[in-house]
Amino acid sequence: MSGAQSGPTLTRQVFEYTPGTRPELDHDDPLHGELLKLNMGPQHPATHGVLRLGVTLDGERIVDVDPDVGFLHRGKEKSCESLGWHKFFPHTDRLDYVQPLMNNIGYALALEKLGGIEVPPRAKVVRVLLMELSRIMAHLIYIGTLGIDLGAVTIFFYSFRQREELYKVVDAYTGHRMNNTYVRIGGVYADVDEKVAAMIEKFLADFPAALDEIDAMLTRNRIWYDRNRGIGVISKEDAVAMSLTGPTLRGSGVNWDLRRAQPYSGYEEYDFDVPVGSVGDCYDRYLVRMTEMREAAKIAKQALDKLKTVKGDVLIEDRRYVLPPKDLVHSSMEELIFQFKVVTDMRLPRGEAYHGIESSKGELGFLVASDGTSKPLRCHIRAPGLMNIQALPMLAKGRLFSDMVSLIGSMDFVMGEVDR
Amino acid sequence: MTSNDTRPEAGGAAGPQPDGAPAAPRWAAALSGLEYKQLVGADGMATLEVAREHLHALLAALKERAGFAMCTLVTAVDHYPKAPRFALTHQLLSLEHNERLRVRCWLREGDEHAPSCADLWPGANWSERECFDMFGIRFDAHPDLRRLLLPQGYDHHPLRKEFPHAGIEPDRLYRQWDKQRRAGWNAEEGATR
Repeated sequence: MSGAQSGPTLTRQVFEYTPGTRPELDHDDPLHGELLKLNMGPQHPATHGVLRLGVTLDGERIVDVDPDVGFLHRGKEKSCESLGWHKFFPHTDRLDYVQPLMNNIGYALALEKLGGIEVPPRAKVVRVLLMELSRIMAHLIYIGTLGIDLGAVTIFFYSFRQREELYKVVDAYTGHRMNNTYVRIGGVYADVDEKVAAMIEKFLADFPAALDEIDAMLTRNRIWYDRNRGIGVISKEDAVAMSLTGPTLRGSGVNWDLRRAQPYSGYEEYDFDVPVGSVGDCYDRYLVRMTEMREAAKIAKQALDKLKTVKGDVLIEDRRYVLPPKDLVHSSMEELIFQFKVVTDMRLPRGEAYHGIESSKGELGFLVASDGTSKPLRCHIRAPGLMNIQALPMLAKGRLFSDMVSLIGSMDFVMGEVDR
Repeated sequence: MTSNDTRPEAGGAAGPQPDGAPAAPRWAAALSGLEYKQLVGADGMATLEVAREHLHALLAALKERAGFAMCTLVTAVDHYPKAPRFALTHQLLSLEHNERLRVRCWLREGDEHAPSCADLWPGANWSERECFDMFGIRFDAHPDLRRLLLPQGYDHHPLRKEFPHAGIEPDRLYRQWDKQRRAGWNAEEGATR
């Protein structure tokens, strides 16, 4: 929407769109006229986690949907208040658990904004690299699980094979496959070494071809197209009014990407396109996410090249916020005290700060409020997935029940983040 | 008013506008005739403080006349034990002008209700439900003010400061269930034991 943005508008000339080709089931449906309450979830595999949908059906048609969230509510925001700023980092991993590093960075950026902490240039590049790899990871999950839900089980294996490669990279870098907790206030825990850089390089070299395979199997696939096109159409105005963000908003044709509009971590230095849909249905959201994966790989490649020129530390040396190196902790009394103070008594200045990042699901925001003591006053997590689920009833009303599966998959939420 | 965001004004040195007359914000004209106090947050975001009776009018003016088309979040901050206890916070986003704005409304304990803005932004519906769930702030004229994340019929609002971090509810539910079970045993004179 802001004028400086540019990006490709996705074309949808795959098959001719002929409205009204769906059979009108109402007339020959023996169950028509009798309202049926159906519980979908919370243990249903197609709900992608513990989401319960109370669906009211008239025959095959959906009359109403009442999403019931909260089955995975663990009180993360309350936990932050009791743990303190530093010790909340591992909990951010468990929000959107398919992209833990992205959540870490979002939280760190909010705290850095509140504390006025400047991150070293190399740390910014590493963060961009991690964020884009996380984006690819999360979108691969989207495409794989939606594939399974719509009967394209092959896609699941193709996408998870690529995701596995990424997990190997993340494992080599952080030592964990999931729940990495590798980002700190003021940077990242450790630098990307040559071995990891070579692994990422190899992944990025192979990834476009692998994505082409998935693309070839899905984009022009008649079944895939029929089950996604024209379903869950969101107009531009509705998408904005329903607080949708990320691929869901861009699928509706709104050119809004926080990496462009409000750049953080030096995103303004990277060259990438923002894909924008034209109709706003499930198929557009699919196209947007596929293109975003290609763009993410492009950004990651640029970040990797940048790492060769941008040298320096990846973590600030400010003992108020950053844990001292472990070997010093074991040998120096002062450093041990600093370690103790950071863990138990880290303070941020008084005030409120909000930072939103463009996560794979949309705007992931952290609103942090401090009263100057070591106990956080408030940490609100603005979860994009919650807004996506909120839009489900609007999209599902009047559709066939089988479309519900496409809708759930295409709204792409992770319950860890929704329920917090 | 105890505000956390009066830092730049109190400090003076770190004020947002360096020299000369402060430039009038873009949305100032749209809000003419409305009562509010303008502050700057620690993150540099413009923050409007408004009394509850003017809250809905202010939000409506921001949406209709100043282009804030998206309501990013609605939440509250519990400042217990300070006097106006809850800082109800709306955060708005204008895609058109690439601008964020925070609106804060202080609510006193025992009187924690505010007008709903779900009629302006349908997307604020669940945010307000969550705020009600966590803080017990009631939103007047909300279309569907049920709990969002916690079970219906739950007695507490856990993000209030007095709620213990360890939680209290599972124990109470268990004791209640156990009491009923034991009462059943006693009534049947141990036949089912």
